Amino acid sequence: MGQEQQNSNTAQKESFSNGVKGMTIIVKTISIWVKVLIFLFGINIVLFGHLTPGGGFAGGVILASSYVLLMLSFGREFVEENLPLPLASKLDCVGAFMFALVAILGLVFGGSFFVNFLYQKYLPGQPLHLISAGTIPLSNIAIGLKVGVSLFLVTLSLSMFKADLSETEKE
Amino acid sequence: MIRVLPAFVLIPLVSAFVLPIFGKKGKSAATLLANLVTVVLLVLAIATVGKSGVYEVGNWSIRVGIVLVLDGLSSLMLLVISVVSTASMLFSTRYMEQYTAKSKYLSLFMLMVAAMNGLVISGDIFNLFVFLEIASLASYALVGFGCEHEELEASFKYMVLGSIGSSFILFGIALTYGNTGFLNMAMVSQAIQSSGLNPGLAFALALFIAGFGLKAALVPFHAWLPDAHPSAPAPISAMLSGIIIKTLGVYALTRIVFNIFGISVTLGWLLVVLGLLSMFVGAFLAIGQWDLKRLLAYSSISQVGYVVLGIGLGGLIIARGGNLAWASLAILGGLFHLVNHAIYKSLLFLTSGSVQMSTGTRQMRQMGGLAEKMPITRAACTIASASIVGIPPFSGFWSKLILVVAAVQAHFYWVAAIIVFVSLCTLIMYLKVQRYVFLGELPENLRQIKESKGTMLVAMVFLACLCMLMGLLLLVPSLKANILDPAVKVLTSGPAYWSSLFNI
Amino acid sequence: MPYALCFLLFMIGLYCAVVKKNMVKIVLGLAVMEYAVNLFLIMLGYRTAGIAPIIDKTYIESGTNRVVANFINTAVDPLPQALVLTAIVISLGSLALIISVCIRTYKKYGTFDITEIRRLKG
Repeated sequence: MGQEQQNSNTAQKESFSNGVKGMTIIVKTISIWVKVLIFLFGINIVLFGHLTPGGGFAGGVILASSYVLLMLSFGREFVEENLPLPLASKLDCVGAFMFALVAILGLVFGGSFFVNFLYQKYLPGQPLHLISAGTIPLSNIAIGLKVGVSLFLVTLSLSMFKADLSETEKE
Repeated sequence: MIRVLPAFVLIPLVSAFVLPIFGKKGKSAATLLANLVTVVLLVLAIATVGKSGVYEVGNWSIRVGIVLVLDGLSSLMLLVISVVSTASMLFSTRYMEQYTAKSKYLSLFMLMVAAMNGLVISGDIFNLFVFLEIASLASYALVGFGCEHEELEASFKYMVLGSIGSSFILFGIALTYGNTGFLNMAMVSQAIQSSGLNPGLAFALALFIAGFGLKAALVPFHAWLPDAHPSAPAPISAMLSGIIIKTLGVYALTRIVFNIFGISVTLGWLLVVLGLLSMFVGAFLAIGQWDLKRLLAYSSISQVGYVVLGIGLGGLIIARGGNLAWASLAILGGLFHLVNHAIYKSLLFLTSGSVQMSTGTRQMRQMGGLAEKMPITRAACTIASASIVGIPPFSGFWSKLILVVAAVQAHFYWVAAIIVFVSLCTLIMYLKVQRYVFLGELPENLRQIKESKGTMLVAMVFLACLCMLMGLLLLVPSLKANILDPAVKVLTSGPAYWSSLFNI
Repeated sequence: MPYALCFLLFMIGLYCAVVKKNMVKIVLGLAVMEYAVNLFLIMLGYRTAGIAPIIDKTYIESGTNRVVANFINTAVDPLPQALVLTAIVISLGSLALIISVCIRTYKKYGTFDITEIRRLKG
């Protein structure tokens, strides 16, 4: 009985750590937990960009690095199933569109390009709260989405190069 | 009209993000959209002629915000950019069928056009740097688009030298900000005029000349150009040689030297010497080339030398306190040569692309006798060659005539002699092109080639007609007064120019 | 004095980009140059005994929405920090592009040595 359990345990461990390439099981377990925390931290930095240091770009880099952590510990295919390349490209374009939309809405509602129309007319909010500074949080969210997805795509593409290289070396 | 100014940057930028969505199935829809965007930009650029003004982005005043400035020089450059990009886009609808990933090409192309438009209308120096970097990045990616051996090597060399140039420019901007405390061009020039040139600002000026000289491929910073321009696909070579080295290099250099720092005698002599060196080195190295596009690239270096020589000569005359009319004539010659060169050099690169697509090679020794098989390409190439050499009544003749007359009038007789001598060298190199590519005997393996089809012909004919009609831009007084004279006036008024726009 | 050290770092990066023969070392030289320029730009904004330019509750006058004058007099200049953010993003994009060109060149030519990658001559 103990022998069978031991066998199934090792079989499980092997399938988990050898069937998919990547690092050891300790690294994989911890990285799943930590990835969620990093992602949440990145969202915090993006969303409060008008109150604390950070903003769109820094938050986007943190969001991308959470996926890069998964890529390093599990291997490229695992991450590619969760966030495939065409979907990432579309998200990229959506992020850029949101930013352009915020700028054009400034033209429509405010009279000049990129005017902070929410702060001046519709939704001034309280200073030092989350809803303040008008369109700046919206721009931060758009930039965070775009930069995060772009860096993720860059790392994914560069890792695809490496896969081709090691195959040609094997030949 | 001023309220439409952000559209020059916004329309190509939004289309650059829309185009990858089309993917493989909507390739013809994507191409149609891209062509439509360039035609719309051409119409808008024609509508800006003769107007000037300031647009404050976000309703922030000029002391704290970003401004977009439209003046004579900007509208001239916008016209040139939109004409060449329309022709290149028309040409590339058919030419880029040889490559895969056409939607990425279109998206990068639109990004490059948006960045160049933004560069010529920006009113503060850091915004200029950001747009310069966007255009440079898009062009690095486009030069290596085919991912073959030569293209990757050329792209690497171009990228290394371009990044070094951009670092120089950013260092210069940092020094300028540290010494004056402003980034807006008008406020910076006001601060420099009132405080004079301390060593920090002089060093910043030297860094600017090195950085923008690297982007404009002035000798001794020209090492990337003969590798990058031949390896790029033909419409991208046309854009690179026709507009990028001129907006990123010459336009930015003249804006900074004339309107912000104020021209002085040393600076004028420096520009004249750089121009003369470029003319010589470009012409002599081009005569010995056997690769068609490499010859055209070296000839680009030489012709940009003409532009910088004309502008430097005008600046030198102003700095010495000479006759303002002579200086205006020299600057008019330089700017008109810039416009002409954009048009006929892009036409030459487009014809070379058409030849390359039909024969499959770029080496002139393997071509010959293409005149009977490709008559329209041959006619366009002959018109462009006649323009660049300076045969009347084509466009190049008028700009070279103005340069020679300006040099003689200001008693720089040796400069006029050198201009004529380098024109003779240009004649030699283009006779070589005509003889080896189009005249002579048709080799065996090229008997089956046919003329190019469709939009490639339309683009080449469009540019050839413009080549022939460019002389009218100078001779018809209303066109000259509306298009060319405001640009000259911007440069000759120097740092005092901003007070007319801003009321500060 | 720190400015001269920044310039020394810039020169080191320039030397590396010009003299070295390995493509990846050239790219590292470019990266060091860009770091030096960003460092110089940030140091320009420094004010002796300055505070970080972040507004929180203690710096707003009670009742109104205005900032205390003490904050404006002691805060470090935030404009170069915004410029440096932009410059870092640009250099990131440029670095990603040049590294991918290096990798593709290695696949085609088989070497990273620039003296052997010389098909374009003359």
